[in-house]
Amino acid sequence: MSEPMFTVSREDWSLHRKGYQDQTRHQQKVRDAIKQNLPDLVTDESIVMSDGKQIVKVPIRSLDEYRFRYNYNKSKHVGQGTGDSQVGDVLGVDPQAAQGPGKGEGAGDQPGEDYYDAEVQMEELQTMLFDELELPNLEQKEKENVVSKEIIFNDVRKKGIMSNIDKKRTILENLRRNSRDGSPGIHRISPDDLRFRTWEEIVTPQSNALILAMMDTSGSMGSFEKYIARSFFFWMTRFLRTKYEHVEIVFIAHHTEAKIVTEEEFFTKGESGGTICSSAYQLAVDLIDRGFPPARYNIYPFHFSDGDNLTSDNERCVKLITELVKRCNLFGYGEVNQYNRSSTLMSAYRNLHDPKFVHYVIREKGEVYKALRTFFPKRLEGSLAQ
Amino acid sequence: MTSDDMKQLEYAIAEITEIADGFGLDYYPMRYEICPADIIYTFGAYGMPTRFSHWSFGKTFHKMKMQYDFGLSKIYELVINSDPCYAFLLDGNSLIQNKLIVSHVLAHCDFFKNNFRFSKTNRNMVESMAATAERIRQYEIEVGNEEVEQFIDAVLAIQEHVDPSLTKPYRGIGAAEADRAPAKERKERTFGYEDLWDLDKPKKPQSKAEEAPSKFPAKPEKDLLLFIEEYSPYLKEWQRDILTMLRDEMLYFWPQLETKIMNEGWASYWHQRIMRALDLTDAETIEYSKLNSSVVIPSRHSLNPYYLGLKIFEDIERRWDHPTQEERERLGREPGRGRDKIFEVREFDSDLSFIRNYMTKQLCDDLDLYVFEKKGPEWKITDKSWENIRDQLVYSRVNGGFPYIVVQDGDFNRTGELYLQHNYEGIELDLKYVERTLPYIHRLWGKPVHLETTIEEKPVLFSYDGKKHNRKFL
Repeated sequence: MSEPMFTVSREDWSLHRKGYQDQTRHQQKVRDAIKQNLPDLVTDESIVMSDGKQIVKVPIRSLDEYRFRYNYNKSKHVGQGTGDSQVGDVLGVDPQAAQGPGKGEGAGDQPGEDYYDAEVQMEELQTMLFDELELPNLEQKEKENVVSKEIIFNDVRKKGIMSNIDKKRTILENLRRNSRDGSPGIHRISPDDLRFRTWEEIVTPQSNALILAMMDTSGSMGSFEKYIARSFFFWMTRFLRTKYEHVEIVFIAHHTEAKIVTEEEFFTKGESGGTICSSAYQLAVDLIDRGFPPARYNIYPFHFSDGDNLTSDNERCVKLITELVKRCNLFGYGEVNQYNRSSTLMSAYRNLHDPKFVHYVIREKGEVYKALRTFFPKRLEGSLAQ
Repeated sequence: MTSDDMKQLEYAIAEITEIADGFGLDYYPMRYEICPADIIYTFGAYGMPTRFSHWSFGKTFHKMKMQYDFGLSKIYELVINSDPCYAFLLDGNSLIQNKLIVSHVLAHCDFFKNNFRFSKTNRNMVESMAATAERIRQYEIEVGNEEVEQFIDAVLAIQEHVDPSLTKPYRGIGAAEADRAPAKERKERTFGYEDLWDLDKPKKPQSKAEEAPSKFPAKPEKDLLLFIEEYSPYLKEWQRDILTMLRDEMLYFWPQLETKIMNEGWASYWHQRIMRALDLTDAETIEYSKLNSSVVIPSRHSLNPYYLGLKIFEDIERRWDHPTQEERERLGREPGRGRDKIFEVREFDSDLSFIRNYMTKQLCDDLDLYVFEKKGPEWKITDKSWENIRDQLVYSRVNGGFPYIVVQDGDFNRTGELYLQHNYEGIELDLKYVERTLPYIHRLWGKPVHLETTIEEKPVLFSYDGKKHNRKFL
């Protein structure tokens, strides 16, 4: 053979960026899809239950490449064993089907298989969501309490107090000067060598916020109602934490009586009995008066209930709310009302007209997002938001 | 890679090429390119280095590249069916890895060149796809990225539904439709004297309009892309152009979908034979064995096509080398014809016939194959009889593993709606995917679309009219 049947070459591929470009396009589409799906995502269990995880898996329905395909679960397949396979051997168990009840809404025959999971940074998701929210009625509180002083030693100077002398740097200077003069070594420390550490006072404005998370735990609050309340509080606390350095959250659970509970109890413990909402409000008022003066705190009480209050208690509730509204920046009342009943509490609240009192009725999962937007509306002129 | 390594590699390739020639492999001139990992993975995701841009490729690329970065999988090479044949080797492969890969790639190229399924493929596809990509880019500039992307989304959703049959003309639906002018030709230029032509035409009987409406298309049409391209009333010129180009690309890739097991089996068979003929040191032999076994390792839940194909080829060779007494007498099979036989198989068969004709009871037992399916929440082995295993494998390869869907009526309800039919053969469609694919077809056809399929032995019609879905039993 005279002519070689092959060539080997190696080129510079550094300009070939197509894969990365299309990858970026895909990621952008993922982000767009997330934005569109925010109402669904806000109540997605995998996110609300993902305490502390940095990356969350987000179900995105629009980014799979749909086509006609066979139903994998309903067809037969050929596999290969190691030599001793028998009819009846179990190869694996479908984790979704085996999980049993408790999966909530996904009542289809293969829950979870119809969408594509994209991994998103929790932070990114928050930015997207909080982009559309803003804290209403935010007030500048008393100066001494919103300012924190910090002393940081961050500079070195030639003059200073003897107690702040920086020995290491002083000796280094001495060494340097001596070797410059032609006699290396540490000797004859002159005032020129002295170095002092100096400090700076850093003043950071600091704000305090108190959230009073109140939830009805009476017998009428089912798992759906609780879940909605939990999703709401999840996002609300996260949102407020991005705005304030210190957010104090007090959880108040109530049925006929109200008490302060831990976060875990708040979300997990079910109680029974009737409902007297005023008990929670009274506790909130007491709490504020005792330890959280409105002059120093931005206070945000939120109350979630199914609205099934003892009728005779409503009047008291209205009175206490007017008390609370005086003390706080915003009072939010969220009613989880799946079946669109007319609730006694709501009919009483309808007549309350105060810009600081906001109420919202949630009928389905997707509305948690709308509730967030109602409670934390972004004002058009509000250019302060990030 | 230093120039010294390069020299060594060239020397090794020359040696391997010579051995391959000795075995009778017949391939195109080879162009080996050494590429960094991200380039190899780009090519892997796009199927071709010059292919057009689309986010779905970016998604695949991202996934593959991540698996590589985490050390979960590795592509060592990529080979393109073209003349000359391009093979891309991963920069960083060791010499011995490259030796195996070059042997493997030569056999792939032999397969591309000689297997009958590939006989019609465009061997200049690298350039064609580059031209396609360039034209799509141009359309993006003209009508906007979003617009083009959305259209490509829709085309890709049904891209597998072409008719790659070898006897069918490349273009054209058939003579029966000749009197139905394709939508794109409806607007003819008019000069004002067209009626003169009518004088020449034979007078048509007036009653024809009252006759039973002729079917359209006359026979069910499998080539969905072609049908939509020819008859969709609403497509714009650039859309038709993209549709045509993407169909060409699918027709080019189709033989690869149809011969996955054979092609990989053939390449694995030959890289083993060629490597055995090379003079390797002990260390090289061990490295080679490790890599070889990682390529042909059997897997539990899906069949490794490399392994299955390799085993079938070896079995064929054995059976034709040493025919039984019965085979000699009844079939006149001469001993020692194994090599000839496998060359014949690589020329005439596709996965379908390969498995149907050459899967044996002995092979099923040796490989410990089984049929498994889902029973309740569990995946269970349900069958070990070899005929059923063979048949199941054949079913899974029918139409490249895609559902067989035809256009039943292009003028359904006499309102120009599109009626598709899934030829049900025992495997149900993924219904959620059906409902999400129909809107794409609606985007292409511009009028309501229907798909008839079978659920639990009952015919069901899925419809989408541009606004909402409808599902009803027929």
